[in-house]
Amino acid sequence: MGSQGDVTVLGTVVSPFALRVRMALYLKGVSYEYLEQNVFDKGELLLASNPVHKKVPVLIHGGKPVCESVAIVQYVDEFWSGAGFASILPADPYDRAVARFWAAYVDDKLVAAVLGILRAATEEERDEKVEAAHAVVAPMEEAFATCSKGKAFFSGGDSVGYLDLALGCHLFWLETLRSMFGVTIIDAGRTPQLAAWAERFLDTKAAKEVTPPTNSVEEYAGKLQAIWAAAASAK
Amino acid sequence: MYAQSWSSDRALDQLAQHHLDLPAMDHQQEEKVQLLGMWASPYVYKVKWALSIKGVEYEYVEEDLRNKSSQLLEHNPVHKKVPVLVYNGKPVAESDVIIEFIEDAWKGHGGRILPEDPHERAMARFWVRFVPDKLSPRIWKWFTTAGGEEQDAAREASVEQLQVLEEKLTLGGNEFFGGDSVGLVDLSLGALAYVIPMYEEIIGERLVTEDMFPSLYAWMGRFLAAPPVKDHLPPMEELKLRFRAMREYFVKNSA
Repeated sequence: MGSQGDVTVLGTVVSPFALRVRMALYLKGVSYEYLEQNVFDKGELLLASNPVHKKVPVLIHGGKPVCESVAIVQYVDEFWSGAGFASILPADPYDRAVARFWAAYVDDKLVAAVLGILRAATEEERDEKVEAAHAVVAPMEEAFATCSKGKAFFSGGDSVGYLDLALGCHLFWLETLRSMFGVTIIDAGRTPQLAAWAERFLDTKAAKEVTPPTNSVEEYAGKLQAIWAAAASAK
Repeated sequence: MYAQSWSSDRALDQLAQHHLDLPAMDHQQEEKVQLLGMWASPYVYKVKWALSIKGVEYEYVEEDLRNKSSQLLEHNPVHKKVPVLVYNGKPVAESDVIIEFIEDAWKGHGGRILPEDPHERAMARFWVRFVPDKLSPRIWKWFTTAGGEEQDAAREASVEQLQVLEEKLTLGGNEFFGGDSVGLVDLSLGALAYVIPMYEEIIGERLVTEDMFPSLYAWMGRFLAAPPVKDHLPPMEELKLRFRAMREYFVKNSA
């Protein structure tokens, strides 16, 4: 398709939610202007486009902002749809519900689990948080079996879909936790199918398109830890 | 009802229509719809209102959450919560997911829950997230905090978020956020229309006055009287007893 009007994405290279949006646009073959944001010193455009939350990602299409990654991904799926476009959500209403359920689960539980590990003050606390993260991931092993229907991805096909993006965008942070603390959250011993899926996902063009620069996630994690430490000592 | 929002370009309009091309589910064959719920849960009412908009016939099953049925545990092993919609034996959990399912599965039946225009749909989904992310936790904090400085702060925080709604979520001259009829945003905010007045009565303090929130206040009244809602509201006297007890518990147990 030709130009669909100007598309801009406000994001950070480390935000899983921004990565999710960029992967969605990549799947649709939509070109866009990407503007890296500094979340510690928010720019005018971000504040104007998302006054309610002041967060990334924001998609600006034809001058109109769309906020909240779940809303953005579905917008991208719905606007660039029909012949010639990959589908992100499946077609069947029940399959869509299953994909949405697990995507909501990931956003609700996995993000908190990752931050818990990062914030842990002691080795012991970290071990507890890692256990909690394993518990969060555990039900997704069966979910994968159900959704994939024997294929490579949660989409139930040979290319990635909504739930693949929803979980896949967090893999870069999980990799960073491994390099920072030696912990493996999607572990081949506990969740073999999920671990195999994760490898396949990271190998896709969509994932490679948005892989954060080396060390960028770890650097950002370090900044968060410094902020939390400063806040704790200020009390 | 839907604004000619982003373009009058017909090619773009036609592109946007494709999201409607879901396979139509055949509702003529025998279908069984069950809703597992609990009489005090606002999330259950949200689903009831959605089913009402679509005119779906279903069997309602009251769950005892202190003694969860094997059916509930089987159908929602992950969260073990209500509501769960069971469609021909297949469960859908999480109220927001259920509502999107209802819209998809009964496309073309009854009223629209989501607007047609993709940007308007995205805005609706944006406001859906506002409720659990920003609004509900602060209102809950206000309700569960004993009177004093901390509660005043919680009230202020709630007012701040309600002001965001009042200012940013415009009705545009319509009766409802969904336009002429109740839509997704109305459903998402809906429980507040009966919960806030109830909290106000229990605490003895107003939160949403007509003065401060003219638009929201008027919407609350219209929502409770709207066709899909008015016959599907919780028994308020019982609900008040329950929440009074809850407030007493929180006040007693606060530092």
